[in-house]
Amino acid sequence: MDSSATDGARLPPPRAGSRLCVRCGERKAALKRPKTLEQICRECFYIIFEDEIHQTIVQNSLFKAGERVAIGASGGKDSTVLAYVLSELNRQHNYGLDLFLLSVDEGITGYRDDSLETVKRNEIQYGLPLKIVSYKDLYGWTMDDIVKAIGLKNNCTFCGVFRRQALDRGAALLKADKIVTGHNADDIAETVLLNILRGDIARLSRCTFITTGEDGPIPRCKPFKYTYEKEIVMYAYFKKLDYFSTECIYSPNAYRGFAREFIKDLERMRPRAILDIIKSGENFRISTTTRMPEQGTCERCGYISSQKLCKACVLLDGLNRGLPKLGIGSTKAGARADSDGKQRTKRSERNTSSLQGKHGNFDF
Amino acid sequence: MHLTLEFGGGLELLLENSTKVHKVEVTTPKDGQGKVTMKFLLSWVKENLIKERPEMFLKADSVRPGVLVLINDCDWELCGGLDAELEEKDVVVFISTLHGG
Repeated sequence: MDSSATDGARLPPPRAGSRLCVRCGERKAALKRPKTLEQICRECFYIIFEDEIHQTIVQNSLFKAGERVAIGASGGKDSTVLAYVLSELNRQHNYGLDLFLLSVDEGITGYRDDSLETVKRNEIQYGLPLKIVSYKDLYGWTMDDIVKAIGLKNNCTFCGVFRRQALDRGAALLKADKIVTGHNADDIAETVLLNILRGDIARLSRCTFITTGEDGPIPRCKPFKYTYEKEIVMYAYFKKLDYFSTECIYSPNAYRGFAREFIKDLERMRPRAILDIIKSGENFRISTTTRMPEQGTCERCGYISSQKLCKACVLLDGLNRGLPKLGIGSTKAGARADSDGKQRTKRSERNTSSLQGKHGNFDF
Repeated sequence: MHLTLEFGGGLELLLENSTKVHKVEVTTPKDGQGKVTMKFLLSWVKENLIKERPEMFLKADSVRPGVLVLINDCDWELCGGLDAELEEKDVVVFISTLHGG
């Protein structure tokens, strides 16, 4: 396909393949890096892409030798590239990690069943053992059942809350020391914006952390924190990695969609904007008078929770009692009418919004 | 002009039968000295291939931000973007990055 020679022509507009890689100066450039605007060839891109992730891992001490690491794998582009790159780096740099693929089967016919097929192929392709945990087994309900019971409104709330816990439970079954997820720089910038838009101070301060939950049972980290989505997709395309890309069949998340579109528009004008939003998020200082939620454990299931019952147990209660609206909606507004308003507002903060996860991705 | 167009990352769902690869013949535009630019190709694709939700693919006169374009496996940002001129048997790939990961 690339028949044109590297003639170095400067004539506008340049044809594909007429520019040289700024790094090696030998091969034709294949892409423009959003982070640096450098034009680089495929081979140099692989090296830089993998090395930046390695540096992120090392500089942030994400792993220790001998750890068991569960890779949250949805079959989508980010987690597929993460599984591939992490197993490569583990080999190349002797991290000494035991890597596993961990998938959550929400029970969405025509969506998750297809993407799980991709993960099963990844299991063989990358030689990583796979564990699948299902909503049906954990909660007794599939998302298909839940949508039948509650309709297409609020179903993402259930899915987000359940998925977060399902990942933790799966990781516990694998006896994992850590969970890694494929959240990329674009995702994090988007979440910073969303948390500002929602006034969710607790999450705003937490969403840019590369590792979270260190006080909980299983910490989570995001090795792609500084990796642009464009580069992840380019990497998957050039390496011909096998990933699944279909939107969840149950309602797109409109609010997050707007934030996403805004980020992408900004990126087109100034690609650095993504890293700058993350930096802004990191540098927010929460005033000491802001009440932060306190963490405890759920009385019923023992999962981390800032309230008596964790969100999953409240939602499940509603489903099983035929009152699916229970636990849905504005807990903050409800709290204001409460005599113990202040206390409940404080407590509900951490529970209100992990709910709005991007489909096919995992929540913060 | 014969071109091969590929759609991925979910964009194929906007096309008939969700077909990913399309071998097409694009009639050279009469104006603009008969050159097929990317700008021309995008409007051609919208007219001839996209069956639903064109807003998932296009925004204003370009692709929607978040859709990657490669001409002969080279990032179109290095080839002149909308002004890039296509040649016989070129392969143009469109990949959406907007789907969940």
